[in-house]
Amino acid sequence: MKLDLLTSLYVFMLAGFIGFEVIRRVSPLLHTPLMSLTNALDAIAVVGAIILAGEHKTRFSTVLGTIAIVAATSNIVGGFLITDRMLKMFKLSGPKKS
Amino acid sequence: MISEAAALQIMEVTYLIASALFILSLKWMSSPATARRGVWAGELGMLLAIIGTLLHHGMDYRWVAAALVLGSIIGVPLGKVAMTAVPQRTALSHAFGALCVTLVGTAEFYLRAPSVPPFMMAVLGMEVILGSLTFTGSLMAAGKLQEVLPQRPITYKGQNFVNLGVLAIAVIVAVVLVMYPERTYLYPLIVILPLIFGVLMIIPIGGADMPTVISLLNSYAGLSAAAMGFVLDNKLLIIAGALDGASGFILSVNMSKAMNRSFTNVLFGAFGQEQASAASGGEVRPVRSASAEEAAGILAAANKVVIVPGYGMAVSQAQHKVRELYDALTKRGVDVRFGIHPVAGRMPGHMNVLLAEADIPYDKLMEMDDANGDLAQTDVALVIGANDVTNPAARTDASSPIYGMPILDVDKARTVMVIKRSMSAGFAGIDNPLYYLDKTLMLFGDAKGFVGSIVREIGGGGGH
Repeated sequence: MKLDLLTSLYVFMLAGFIGFEVIRRVSPLLHTPLMSLTNALDAIAVVGAIILAGEHKTRFSTVLGTIAIVAATSNIVGGFLITDRMLKMFKLSGPKKS
Repeated sequence: MISEAAALQIMEVTYLIASALFILSLKWMSSPATARRGVWAGELGMLLAIIGTLLHHGMDYRWVAAALVLGSIIGVPLGKVAMTAVPQRTALSHAFGALCVTLVGTAEFYLRAPSVPPFMMAVLGMEVILGSLTFTGSLMAAGKLQEVLPQRPITYKGQNFVNLGVLAIAVIVAVVLVMYPERTYLYPLIVILPLIFGVLMIIPIGGADMPTVISLLNSYAGLSAAAMGFVLDNKLLIIAGALDGASGFILSVNMSKAMNRSFTNVLFGAFGQEQASAASGGEVRPVRSASAEEAAGILAAANKVVIVPGYGMAVSQAQHKVRELYDALTKRGVDVRFGIHPVAGRMPGHMNVLLAEADIPYDKLMEMDDANGDLAQTDVALVIGANDVTNPAARTDASSPIYGMPILDVDKARTVMVIKRSMSAGFAGIDNPLYYLDKTLMLFGDAKGFVGSIVREIGGGGGH
């Protein structure tokens, strides 16, 4: 196994542990926005697609890369938009009451 | 113009910063007070990483720019759907994410073939298999949630055998490709077979299991992105994928626990089937029903009310009327809270979003355990559009299909009121003994209309 592969496995393992610890602490109140947020973050795959489409190595890879950018970008834009819309709605019972 | 080496270094640094921002983003999601900051951190990280990538040398920007613009145009309406449609939107975005990963994986394979190193081929195979099955699986889930596909589970004999067989063949083909990557004619099989498996996987799954399935697909989408990170040697992608995978996994475990079912049972169990016998044995038993006026009187006289909403409330768009009821009762000094079952709604946390949308303060929303601590001291438990999650048979009747499932103990409250269209059984098709208790009043009618009449009665009677 090459050294950089091993490094990647370390990164994956550590990120997995951080993920478990951080996400365990997310209040169930916010599980829906959590899912739409992780979905948007996941669309960072767009960087791979950008390089693929931009390098223009073959027509085939450019076409697949371009479609992939469209799919991922719609997740980024849509995911962040809806997450923020949802979070804006969560309010504490204000002092105006009682 | 900066040199190629400098551009690469800048890109790597933006990825490093983005990784930190992504982790912070999820950390800030821990509380509603900091959550919006989390979104900004995520957006900033994403923007930095994309700019860093665009600096990459030897790029032809025409296709990239067109695709970025088109994706944004598609993304905006997807970010503006109604809150009731969030589950299907989420499923659809899992499908888009998986599509991106599968396409990039496929392009990478044909760019590298016929000489793909074994480890590379192994992660590429994982990336493409997970991506393809998540793509069609998520489309099917979105179709079921949007009700363009039948929601009832469809099962047939030998179904699990067929499904697992299809997946097994795909995995075997991938293993063969690891050993003989020059056999490129085999590659389409590790896309097509998982695409078929994704469809087959969702066919036997019923509407009540959607929260678990969506979480599971979320996890797959994350893992396939992480695998793509291995293929491209992109640490940022590995981190984002691992975070998403962990998140989806935790949510799926939560959901299956809340339904007292194992993963395998959700995926291979097809809930709707075994209940046919359980539901049919019901003789007609007497229930007590009440009018909106009577219900209003009891609610207004109570000290403490816990409202238990289910998806039925969202279907009839009653959440804004519920908010009016909350206001009317709070004004009279009644302590009103909400008890939320983890699987209420169509995805994890869905009910909280629907109530928050109706301007109900989130400190009044209680998780199941807290609500159960409160219900014994509660005067009135008002159940709106929920059924199975309040079924005491889950505690007492070992023969019930939902036996052992954690429920909201509304039957411990002094009075129980249930707003329901008719006496028909719930999603799982199971009779609910709660309705026949002496302390239970059935309020027959449409949730929105009925809550509206209660509010009018309370408001009208406000003078005395």
